[in-house]
Amino acid sequence: MLKNITLGQYFPGDSVVHRLDPRTKLLWLAGYITALFLANNAWAYALMLAVLIGESAAASIRPKTLLSGMKPLMFIVVFTAVVNLFYGTGEPLLKIWVFTVTADGIRRSVFMVLRILLLVCGAFLLTYTTSPLALTDGLERLLGPLKKLRVPVSELAMMMSIALRFIPTLIEETDKIMNAQRSRGANFDTGKLTERAKALVPLLVPLFVGSFRRADELATAMECRCYVPGGNRTRMKVLKFARRDVLALALCAAMLAAVVLLRRV
Amino acid sequence: MPILRAEHLTYIYSQGTPFQKTAVNDISLEIEAGELLGVIGHTGSGKSTFIQHLNGLLKPSAGTVYFEGRDIHADKALLRQLRFQVGLVFQYPEYQLFEETVFADIAFGPRNMGLDEAEVRERVSEAAAFVGLDGKIFDTSPLEHSGGQKRRIALAGVIAMRPRLLILDEPTAGLDPAGRESILGNILDYRDRSGAAVLLVSHSMDDVARLADRLVVLNRGRLALSGTPAEVFDHAAELREMGLTVPAATEIALALKERGVALPESVYTTKYLAKLLCALREGEGPC
Repeated sequence: MLKNITLGQYFPGDSVVHRLDPRTKLLWLAGYITALFLANNAWAYALMLAVLIGESAAASIRPKTLLSGMKPLMFIVVFTAVVNLFYGTGEPLLKIWVFTVTADGIRRSVFMVLRILLLVCGAFLLTYTTSPLALTDGLERLLGPLKKLRVPVSELAMMMSIALRFIPTLIEETDKIMNAQRSRGANFDTGKLTERAKALVPLLVPLFVGSFRRADELATAMECRCYVPGGNRTRMKVLKFARRDVLALALCAAMLAAVVLLRRV
Repeated sequence: MPILRAEHLTYIYSQGTPFQKTAVNDISLEIEAGELLGVIGHTGSGKSTFIQHLNGLLKPSAGTVYFEGRDIHADKALLRQLRFQVGLVFQYPEYQLFEETVFADIAFGPRNMGLDEAEVRERVSEAAAFVGLDGKIFDTSPLEHSGGQKRRIALAGVIAMRPRLLILDEPTAGLDPAGRESILGNILDYRDRSGAAVLLVSHSMDDVARLADRLVVLNRGRLALSGTPAEVFDHAAELREMGLTVPAATEIALALKERGVALPESVYTTKYLAKLLCALREGEGPC
């Protein structure tokens, strides 16, 4: 059951998107999100959707896989849709008690849902096609200039890479403990809310104990290899911009320009 | 009638994603009451996935599991009852301990069964006795004990449900030799006194050779070999090909035979090998 959560998971592959420099992909995502918030009409949203579909095709990630990652966020999406429905101004189409639904509200609600979907799917595409290691490497390099301002960039990057690295491990561990407790008759799936909350104790206690144990082991292992925060390490794989990166960034700029132009339509 | 029967079990992980993998491929087997069935296989051979089907944690992609003749997935309410009948002890079960006291942790299963407090108390004491735990530690925290002790507590937590089939996934992994012996002894004790069937997943050929009545060998999700230990360990070459070894005694017997010592087939326990070797030097006096 939990295995289906693909949040922050990396799908190894050899597509063009996989081979892009992580810095390019990070900048792409930043550009994509900016464009998404600049978009204000149907044409712009259509363009953003087309870009996402094109990108996932280039990454050979199936839309089904992409959407399955959305499942845990469905509540937020539905909630946003409903709230925005009543936020519009103009002629009321429908009146329920003190709430009014307007054409503007419907438009707003559809755009909001699209925005969240595209935002999250865009971010998923990044983590699906970039290994956590490459991702933090890219982030560290991109934020490198901040080191001059004494921002602990490499420490932050290390923390992020550890956190990302352990998401799948924690999910696996949760699954294992759930199965062990289920084998002893624990019931996680049915019952009243209070019963279900109580049923989480047998899951959370071992999970916490395990996390502390693992953190301790990891710290020891890192110290054994003489890890010093911020130490000047050289890299085994030096990041290099290739021609495809330049091309990708040019496409990103074109997308941003197009969205800005479409704002006037 | 066998206590548990698996028919053509197949399980596919992450169906429809790039990670799709057939972990269990068309496995059929039967377990009789009172029997100790050893399951051996290389890491990743599908052993752990397979056993999770037997108490209904995983639903097979194809095939059926029958417990006492009934399809375990036929009725949802029965499935939970089944978990008490088929006790599954996972690898490193000590990581599942969570209660404040040892007593409460062992009592978790029986309490989930809805037994009254007197019955729970009796079962906890009985289970603790089976695994050699002293009643004095009942009020201590399960987390403050040593690794071997924690494993005993976890094992008692499953035995307290009085399962008719006890499944153990590598129960001796990471224990010292004395700890291994005593845990295996506890398991045999439980089998002998309750008449339950035991399914033992193990990496240690010596252990399964000594203990199991019957062996099955899994390789890449398929049932590669099955039979008595003698029958299985006669296929030394095939086992090696699957990345498995044969018991040390078999290894020695085979090497001796190659050098022209007259030994019979199917030597797989140290005891039997020692007896044979003693018989060989009978002429030279007692050994």
